[in-house]
Amino acid sequence: MTLTLELEKQKERSPVVAQTIFLGAGLALLLLAPLFFYPVFLMKILCFALFACAFNLLLGYTGLLSFGHAAFFGGAAYFTAHAVKEWGVPPELGILVGVIGAALLGAVIGFFAIRRQGIYFAMITLALAQMFYFFCLQAEFTHGEDGIQSVPRGHLFGFVDLSQSTNMYYFVLAVFVIGIGIIWRIINSPFGMILKSIRENETRAISLGYSVRNYKLAAFVMSAALTGLAGGVKALVFQFATLTDVGWQMSGEVILMTLLGGIGTLIGPLFGAGLVVTLQNYLATSEFPVTIITGLVFMACVLLFRRGIVGEFYNSRLGRRLGFEHRHKH
Amino acid sequence: MTTIFGIPLQAFLGQLLIGLINGSFYALLSLGLAIIFGLLRVINFAHGAQYMLGAFAAWLLLSHFGIGYWPTLILAPLLVGLLGAAVERTMLRRLYTLDPLYGLLFTFGLALTVEGTFRYLYGASGQPYATPALLAGGTNLGFMFLPIYRGWVIAFSLAVCLGTWLIIEKTKLGSYLRAATENPVLVQSFGINVPFLLTLTYGLGAALAALAGVLAAPIYQVSPLMGSNIIIIVFAVVVVGGMGSIMGAIITGYMLGVAEGLTKVFYPEASNIVIFVIMAIVLLIRPAGLFGRDA
Repeated sequence: MTLTLELEKQKERSPVVAQTIFLGAGLALLLLAPLFFYPVFLMKILCFALFACAFNLLLGYTGLLSFGHAAFFGGAAYFTAHAVKEWGVPPELGILVGVIGAALLGAVIGFFAIRRQGIYFAMITLALAQMFYFFCLQAEFTHGEDGIQSVPRGHLFGFVDLSQSTNMYYFVLAVFVIGIGIIWRIINSPFGMILKSIRENETRAISLGYSVRNYKLAAFVMSAALTGLAGGVKALVFQFATLTDVGWQMSGEVILMTLLGGIGTLIGPLFGAGLVVTLQNYLATSEFPVTIITGLVFMACVLLFRRGIVGEFYNSRLGRRLGFEHRHKH
Repeated sequence: MTTIFGIPLQAFLGQLLIGLINGSFYALLSLGLAIIFGLLRVINFAHGAQYMLGAFAAWLLLSHFGIGYWPTLILAPLLVGLLGAAVERTMLRRLYTLDPLYGLLFTFGLALTVEGTFRYLYGASGQPYATPALLAGGTNLGFMFLPIYRGWVIAFSLAVCLGTWLIIEKTKLGSYLRAATENPVLVQSFGINVPFLLTLTYGLGAALAALAGVLAAPIYQVSPLMGSNIIIIVFAVVVVGGMGSIMGAIITGYMLGVAEGLTKVFYPEASNIVIFVIMAIVLLIRPAGLFGRDA
C-alpha cells in the first residue's frame, strides 16, 4: 500500500521536475547561445519563433488556420520602422506602435474572417492579407519596392545601446520570453480553456452559452498583436522593413514552422522556426530555390508526421514518461 | 467621340474585354476548385500550379517537340490531369479522413514544390508563346477592334464552362458525382466505385486548370509565377460565389472579372484590390456567398 502510494507520488512529482529541467536547460542554452552562434542569426530565429508561437495560439489552441498572418508580421515591421525612423521615437515605443497597429489590423481582418469557418476562413484571411500587400505596394510610407531602409535601433529606455549586437540579442531574448510567457498565460487561463473548447467542438461551445464569435475575434486580435511584437522586433534587428514580410509566402512559412514543430504545443514552433531559418540560411548562398525544399517538407509533414517534431516527442514513450501531455485532434 | 460616364467608349469597351478575358480564367479556375471541393472536400491550393503547368506544357510541347496549339489544347490538359490523378491516388487520398485543412496544407506544399522546380529550371522571367496562326490578327467590329484570339478565349471558355455544367447536371456520370457529393457511403453501397470517382474528379479539375493555362499562354507570358498570382484572386472569387453551386462559380468568375476590368477604367488604383473589397462586402451581407449553401 505504502509502496503504491510512493510510486504515485513519484509519478506526480517527476513530470514537474523533468519539465523544469528542460525549461531551465533551454533558457540556459538561449542565454549562452551568442557565444557560439552569429547573433543576428539567433535573433532571426527568436523573431520567427515568437511569430510562429503567436500564430499557433490561433491554429493550435483555437483551431483557426489563418493564411494571412504575414499582414500582421510585415505590417508591424513597417509601423515600427516608420515610427522609429520618421518620428524618432525610442525602440520600445516603436515596437508598441507595431503591436497596436497589428492588433488593429487583426481586429479588421478578424471581423470579416470569423464570419466563415474552416476552409473559407483560411481563404478569406489569405485574400484580405493580399489586399494589405497591395496597399503596402502602393502606399507612400512603405516606399514600395525599396521598403524602409536603415532603420536606427536606438537606445532602449534611453540608455541601453541596441546597435551593439550583444545588447540587441538579450533584448530580443527578453521580448521572446515575455511573449511566450503571455501566450502560456493565455492558454492556461479560463479564457484559453474556452478557446480549446471551441477548437474541439464549436457547436457545443455555442450551446453552452459562449459567444464563440467574440472569443474567436479576441483570440485573433491577441495572435495578431503578438505577431506584431515579433514583426516590430524583427524590423529593429534587420533595420529594414520590406514587402517580403507581408507577402503570402511569409504566411505559408509560419504555417510550416508551426506544423513542423508541432501544432498545439507551446514550444514546438520554436523548433520549427529554428529548423526553417537554418535551412534558409544554408540555402541562401546556393542557386537552389528554398521553396522546393519548403514545399516537400510541407507535404512530408502533412502525410507522415502531423504532430510535428515536438508533438511526436510528447507522444513517444519517453515523452509520456516524462509527463508531457499533448492532446490535439488530427 | 462617344463617351460613357465621361470615359471614351473605346477605353470602356477595351477594359470590358480585358475584364471578360480575366473573368474567363477566373470562371474556369473557380469551376475546377468548386468541383474538386464538392466531392473531395479539399481546397486545391495547387490549382494555380496546375494552371501554370498547362501553360508550360504548351510552351514545352511547342519548343521541344514542335507540337502546335491545337493538339496542345487536348494534350496539355490530359497530361496535367493524369499527373493530378496520380497525386490523388498516391498521396491526397490519405488525407480524406482528416480535417480538410490538411488537404489545403498538402496542396499548398505541392504548389510550392512545383513552382520552385519550374523557377529553378526556367527562371522567373516569362516565355513568350505565339498566337496560333488561325487566330492571329483582329477584326473591326465597328465600335471597337477585337483581337480574334481574345474573342476565341471568351467563346471557348464559355463553351467549356457550360459543357462541364451540362456533364455534371445532365449526364449519368454527373449524377453519380452529385450523389457522391451528397452521400459517398450510400453511393458506394450501390456498387459505384467512389474512390475512382474521386480520382477522376481531381484529374478533371487539374485538367480544367491546365486548359485555362493553355488558353492563357498566348495572352500572358508563360511564367512559373503566373499560378500563384491568380490563385489568391480565385480564392476570393470562390468565397464570393460560395462553392455550393457549379453555375454560381461560373457566373461569379465572369462577374468579378468584368468588375475588375471596369474598375481599371474608373479608378485604376483600386483595380487589383476590387475583388477583395467585393469579397468583404459580400461577407458582411451574405456570409455564405452569393450562391452558397451554409456548410
